[in-house]
Amino acid sequence: MGKRTFSIGGVHPHDNKISRECRIEPLPLASTVYISVAQHIGAPAVPVVAVGDKVKVGQVIAEPGGFVSAFIHSSVSGTVKSVGPRADLAGRPSVHIEIAVEGDEWLEGIDTSDTLVTEIPSDNKAILDKIRLGGVVGLGGATFPTHVKLSPPPGSKCERVIINGCECEPYLTSDFRTLLEKGEQVVVGAAILKQVMGGVPCTIAIEENKPEAIAHIREVIGKLGYSGIEVMEMKMMYPQGGEKQLIDAVMGRQVGSGALPISVGAVVQNVATALAVYDAVQKNKPIVDNSVTVTGECFPHQANLLVRVGTPLRYILDYLGGIPEEAAKVISGGPMMGRAVANLDAATVKGTGALLLLTEKQTRRAPESNCIRCGKCADACPMGLEPFLLNKLARAKDWDAMEQQAVQDCIECGCCLYSCPAQIPLLDNIRIGKGIVLGNIRARAAAAKAAAEAAKASADAKK
Amino acid sequence: MVNIIIWTIAVVTVLGLLLALILYLVAKKFKVEEDPRIDEVEKVMPGANCGGCGFAGCRAFAEAAVKAPNLDNNYCPVGGNDTMTQVAAILGYEVKAKAPQVAVVRCNGTCQARPVVNRYDGFSSCAVKATLYAGDTGCSYGCLGCGDCVAACQFGALSMDPETGLPVVDEQKCTACGACAKACPKHIIEIRPKGPRGMREFVSCVNKDKGPVAKKACANACIGCGICAKTCTHGAITVEANVAYIDPAKCKLCRECEAMCPTGAIHGVNFPKPLDKDAVKERIKLRQQKAKEAAAAAAAAGAPAVAIKKADAPAEAPATAKKADAPAVTKPMEEK
Repeated sequence: MGKRTFSIGGVHPHDNKISRECRIEPLPLASTVYISVAQHIGAPAVPVVAVGDKVKVGQVIAEPGGFVSAFIHSSVSGTVKSVGPRADLAGRPSVHIEIAVEGDEWLEGIDTSDTLVTEIPSDNKAILDKIRLGGVVGLGGATFPTHVKLSPPPGSKCERVIINGCECEPYLTSDFRTLLEKGEQVVVGAAILKQVMGGVPCTIAIEENKPEAIAHIREVIGKLGYSGIEVMEMKMMYPQGGEKQLIDAVMGRQVGSGALPISVGAVVQNVATALAVYDAVQKNKPIVDNSVTVTGECFPHQANLLVRVGTPLRYILDYLGGIPEEAAKVISGGPMMGRAVANLDAATVKGTGALLLLTEKQTRRAPESNCIRCGKCADACPMGLEPFLLNKLARAKDWDAMEQQAVQDCIECGCCLYSCPAQIPLLDNIRIGKGIVLGNIRARAAAAKAAAEAAKASADAKK
Repeated sequence: MVNIIIWTIAVVTVLGLLLALILYLVAKKFKVEEDPRIDEVEKVMPGANCGGCGFAGCRAFAEAAVKAPNLDNNYCPVGGNDTMTQVAAILGYEVKAKAPQVAVVRCNGTCQARPVVNRYDGFSSCAVKATLYAGDTGCSYGCLGCGDCVAACQFGALSMDPETGLPVVDEQKCTACGACAKACPKHIIEIRPKGPRGMREFVSCVNKDKGPVAKKACANACIGCGICAKTCTHGAITVEANVAYIDPAKCKLCRECEAMCPTGAIHGVNFPKPLDKDAVKERIKLRQQKAKEAAAAAAAAGAPAVAIKKADAPAEAPATAKKADAPAVTKPMEEK
């Protein structure tokens, strides 16, 4: 049987996994960390510590600011120095909690040993609570609070849990190293997720360019004796790690426009998230660190580091010998979806998976020329959109037409831009339209809700 | 042969007449009754179809104006009062004259004042740049410098100054249609009244960061210190979210705020004389001293409750003191 992949679009850039042999090593603590309260999709967390407070590793320093939000924990022990706005990776000010590091004292009750705990608690509600209290968010990039994803709306039924180990972005190797070095924990984490979703089958999807990981995880599953968890070897294709693409690849089902994966019976979690779930449930350990790949052809000291949340980027790069002369850009994330870092003094967040250093030559954009109607972008789009058309509509500011063309389904994977021979900034323009269309949709929903409430109130008043 | 030609001409002629008759009848039957005033109004419009009035173009405006019961909500900023008087004459409405307006760039973060902290090499568009990150300087509120406003202007009134990296408005050409204000993703362009003889005072900054952060990012930033609001004797200045705003309706163009602003974020334009900061500062100091003395004297005279009230509201006393030495520039306001 041929290896599976998703059915429409996709590109296949060279994978460049040059840091694949580097073991995950813990980064020594920085002297000061800056922990953002907006590390997840949804409402920012609300700080619950004041300047001068002593905190320990794993202590809650900010509480969820809404239903879709997450706990934030201190990643170090020390004293809170300030709580206030600070420029994030994109240079935009957001509230950060500054903590001066003093020693490395963990909160009581957190198991910091390496012993593998395979006994899974039987109470699903308690597990979900632990995931929520552990501040677990999707570490595949979207940082959507995991407990929300694991609480499907009533009436929907989960049929399969998919653990995403594709790591389809070039250069990134942190998930690969996690699978190799913490395979047992990931598999137990997968078993927990499987149990929470009602014991449905679980698939760990890994791309074919990681044969060691595939063999290792198969061995671990055999050793731990889990049934219902299988490894699926995937054909290499970008963006296979996209949620909707992976469901299509694994289950052969397509998630409708604007619908959630649960509508086709799927729940997708990243490998790093599975590990975080294991830590939170089995070890009481909230997310205080995550593995970060630091790589790039121009960077001599490739590494996969276990970095405490809130560590300044400059500290990480300096630890590895500083930024080389020829590096022109530092990108947070992979080369396809990652964004150039505007501010090296910014700190890592839970979702920071990689720092990629690229040279001037690698990042230079060729001048834009005219669209030659080759259709490569439409062929490459994994969401079945027509990027050339969306680009034109965005330039004409025809937002309604863009909505009709389903611009809101764009996952910003960059396949169109990657495949365009005319170097047209397709994604740049589409992203503007997507932002405005999503805003329009939200405004309409809010207006409809307000109108419904007003109608209800007047009906009540008539009674 | 001749027969064929004659027959052909005859058939074609008859056919043509027949079809013309049908067309005439159909046109008569399905005639769309349109107010002839729409065409008349459209004729006097500037014809730029810029959308500054809020309608899709000049014809759409004309249709709306003819339908509307008055002209209160329909105003062509490009044509201004002249055009609107003509429209009003056609429609028999009254027109309320509006003060002429102009686009004002509320950012003075020049290349010198606002050092670049990273280099942007993506697609040259402010809208694109704004979706990606905060900008290439420490200020996440200021001008992005890619010139989306210049591209949006149909009247050639905007240009980028290569020295400052900021857009410059040509007041002669600007029609205040607002296209630039809509195009700017950072909302730094404001449509403000032009002011008497073009003289106006405005805060040229929209940075909402706290003082030290704003100052670090840009030497010319408004740091929200509130000195201007305290100095202003007309209650024209409000400080909200660390940015001062001068209400053009209340501003009397005395330029005291401009003299007192510690960062130079307040700009006055088209004044006949350059601002003598020291003289104005001296004047304010003297006035405040007088007010203090008056308050102290009142307190000494007795009735402590009244004294506290006076001390709380020192703005009352200086207002009268100010009238004596009010600058000449307040005069044009009275002409209006």
